[in-house]
Amino acid sequence: MEIKKAAMAGTLESSDAQVTVEPGNGSIELSIESSVIHQFGKQIRATILETLNRLEVGSAKVTVVDKGALDCTLKARVECAVYRSNDMTENLPWGGAIRS
Amino acid sequence: MINAVGREIPEEILKMTGKEPYKGAKAMDDHEFTRGAAKVHAVVDPGRSKLAANIREVLEKCGIRDGMTISFHHHFREGDYVVNMVMEEIHKMGIKDLTICATSLGKAHDPLVPMIEDGTVTSLRSSGVRGKIGEAISSGKLKNLAVMCSHGGRVRAVESGEVHIDIAFIGAPTADEYGNLRANGGKSNCGVLSYAIADAEYADRVVAITDTLVPFPNVPASISMTKVDYVLVVDEIGNPARIATGAAKPTTDMRKLRMAEYCTQVVINTPYFKDGFSYQTGVGGASIASTISLTKIMEERGIRMGFGVGGLTTPMCSLLEKDLVDVLVDTQDFDLGAIESIQKHPDRHIEISASEYANPFNKGAYVNKLDYVILAALEVDVNFNCNVVVGSDGVITGAQGGHPDTAAGAKCTIVIAPLLQGRIPAVCTNVTTVTTPGESVDVIVTDYGIAINPRRQDLIDALKDTKLPVCTIEELRDQAYAIVGEPQPVQFGEKVVGIIEARDGSIMDVVREVKEFSFED
Repeated sequence: MEIKKAAMAGTLESSDAQVTVEPGNGSIELSIESSVIHQFGKQIRATILETLNRLEVGSAKVTVVDKGALDCTLKARVECAVYRSNDMTENLPWGGAIRS
Repeated sequence: MINAVGREIPEEILKMTGKEPYKGAKAMDDHEFTRGAAKVHAVVDPGRSKLAANIREVLEKCGIRDGMTISFHHHFREGDYVVNMVMEEIHKMGIKDLTICATSLGKAHDPLVPMIEDGTVTSLRSSGVRGKIGEAISSGKLKNLAVMCSHGGRVRAVESGEVHIDIAFIGAPTADEYGNLRANGGKSNCGVLSYAIADAEYADRVVAITDTLVPFPNVPASISMTKVDYVLVVDEIGNPARIATGAAKPTTDMRKLRMAEYCTQVVINTPYFKDGFSYQTGVGGASIASTISLTKIMEERGIRMGFGVGGLTTPMCSLLEKDLVDVLVDTQDFDLGAIESIQKHPDRHIEISASEYANPFNKGAYVNKLDYVILAALEVDVNFNCNVVVGSDGVITGAQGGHPDTAAGAKCTIVIAPLLQGRIPAVCTNVTTVTTPGESVDVIVTDYGIAINPRRQDLIDALKDTKLPVCTIEELRDQAYAIVGEPQPVQFGEKVVGIIEARDGSIMDVVREVKEFSFED
């Protein structure tokens, strides 16, 4: 999927993450800030990249401000931000590109 | 060298400190040594006054100079004004290279950071540190090693002469002009002066700082005039309202109430729960809730507690109000209710010294007589080792307190920890830093289940016919990891910035400098 415009999902509440996607320059430019970076930095990065890959996003600037969210929350926030950047808020591909 | 809890203690640290690696909780039993001693400046002339006009004058009279060791107590916790007041003046005088030997330091003492940075303070011994001092130590700003010790371990170091205090500063809620000190009856009361008692005995110079001067004699004194060189009167020594900062109020959090219920069930189903049992608990929400639920069962079954030990809070003191305990022995009051209690029940709520409480190197301390202690922990690992000092980001952010002392002494040590704090699992494969050895820890209570140390087959047997969700510690860890994933170890730098001193003075673990997280690829 193409990131058509900047979009955001999530909050800065504890156990949530705020994910912002912006149009990229041909690759994934990922920045992660996390309250649990020391122990879960690698896992957070892997989850974000895996989710972008599943959504076939190859070019984007992605900013994650994580407050200790679980992987399922991170995935949901990335998916939501990506679809919002395409103005897709209905008829989402549940069980297709969006799956656990 | 690898110590008895499997931690690598670098040779250069052993050499630098002259310390041994930790060898086991009872390794130093029957240890023989000669106590340290203080220099005394006798007061023979009855006409000589001990009153000082200001901090500067008292510092000069005590002969403050570079390289000295000075001490403080922490009964005012986050409401303490004494440390900053004294240190500010010392800083102005340009004194350098001091060792601060505090019973504990908190966020109230953030103003010490610039003094660490400019070399006024180059060594530190404390039960723990919080806030900006912890960050400063963890980022390598303290010139020498920070020594984190337990309450029993600190008084051991003072009494054995390992640490020699040049000047002790004792914040005293009331004092007379000759230095009889009490913890009550003034405008800023802290209940007891337990942690300062050894300092008064073993320091060369003892300075009492009070905001309430009372007529002579101020009795019964917690600290006698026979130990005090000077008395200084200031406007305010502390804010008692802030003593309770960080301590929990009775909780309505279902997770904590569930853990409290589990904890109470563990207590009442183990053989020590009978008339005359002894008990200590901390200030966490679940610990307080378990004291409250235990009280109900004691009333129902007509079982009385013989003695309670503290670190006391209002729920422990209400056992005394209900006549469910014979006596409370007190080293510290965590809230205003506990301070009221010691004033109201001087016959049954008794001040004890830190040495009587927890010193492993005297001829027997209260902790050795404990049946139960209920504790908390930041992390517990599959070997039951606990960490209460270093946070999940690698920064020093807590205090040993009486954790290793009470765990070593009690017949049944119960640690309550919610399995997950956000994404951080409390039960893990390896704790970041060991503060309390697994051999002293018997039961882990979480909201997801209870694990009993396999060393304690007697407790496993005692609890096997209950409805409690007992499982192995590995199962608890696996449950946690299934939800949050497996945590990576915190990335530290090479430099050792502090040691976790075991209560017997050996080295339990080292704390290294934090470094900024990197993905390493």
